[in-house]
Amino acid sequence: MERSLTRIALFAALIAALGLIPKIDMGIGVPITAQTLGVMLCGTILGARNGALAVLLFLALTALGLPLLSGGRGGIGVFTSASAGFLIGWPIAAFVTGALMGWMKEVSTAGTFNAAVAGGIGVVYLFGVPGIALVAGKPLVEAFWGSMVFVPGDVVKAGICALVTVAVARARPGLVQA
Amino acid sequence: MLTLTSSRHTALHDWSAGGKLAGLAVFSVALFALPGLWSLAGLGLPLAATLALGLFPEWLRLFRPLVWMGLVILAWHGLTGTAPEGLTAVLRMFAAFGAANLVTMTTRLTDMQAVFLWLARPLAPVIPPARLALAMALVIRFVPVLALRADQLSQAWRARSPRRIGWPLVFAITLAALDDAEHVAEALQARGGTE
Repeated sequence: MERSLTRIALFAALIAALGLIPKIDMGIGVPITAQTLGVMLCGTILGARNGALAVLLFLALTALGLPLLSGGRGGIGVFTSASAGFLIGWPIAAFVTGALMGWMKEVSTAGTFNAAVAGGIGVVYLFGVPGIALVAGKPLVEAFWGSMVFVPGDVVKAGICALVTVAVARARPGLVQA
Repeated sequence: MLTLTSSRHTALHDWSAGGKLAGLAVFSVALFALPGLWSLAGLGLPLAATLALGLFPEWLRLFRPLVWMGLVILAWHGLTGTAPEGLTAVLRMFAAFGAANLVTMTTRLTDMQAVFLWLARPLAPVIPPARLALAMALVIRFVPVLALRADQLSQAWRARSPRRIGWPLVFAITLAALDDAEHVAEALQARGGTE
């Protein structure tokens, strides 16, 4: 009981901490912030339910006025900008990623990568693209193609998520919820 | 940790948090329901309020991350020949953002949290309010802890390697979060648990 509560809280704090660390070189020469990586990790390590709850907790505290998003952003205002759809998609992304992990017999790099891509990219853009279309006043198709510039960076993040998850599963056997 | 609430006390700070949030909800819905030109008036409302309350410079600073987003939307509409629609969309986004930030700036975190816990009451059988409040307190306590850990790890990385910081840093922070969660869970259990 206590363990799931503290894991949810600590992973919510992890998403915030990943937004504060210096930008990481993702291997393609383009430094990007790691907060969506935190959302993917919530799903792959905590599982569907706890992962989604950790992301919800993080978003709730952001909405209450803590500057937890990268760049020190926070408050209710972040849910009115063009990226609001992505934020709304985050908890569902963590849930889907965690659910896909639950179907795996063992934690593998390829399997974790696929789960992170489906949840952390597929689901996130499913909510993010309509968000852009609504706020920017553009048709869905245009919003879809416009947001594709961010996908390569997200694929790299899914790769890192898989590497980190497998390494964590090896370092702390039994703690990864797959 | 610093919140986005303004330290300068204004009359708006004394209004009820629930009232301000309800007002904001009505304002945001109206902004999207009314035709284009109204968004200009919508932006004027929080602008006038911040000027009157002396919060304008602080309020304006919060727009910084949104400026590039506004420029991209304007350029995008400009390229497709729909500049007026682009202007309306950007004004509307700025108005909703500005009003929301005004509420955030003039409402203390504890008041916001009280409204949130009240709204979360229907979830009480699944997530008891006491556990939710404890989880929130833990996050607030552990963000600086993990951020400091991340900073120390990246300094150690820089001291040893000429290469840029890579994914092993994320691994180390994730492991730290998992281990801290174990320790805190044991500490909570030792103190009688969360029930």
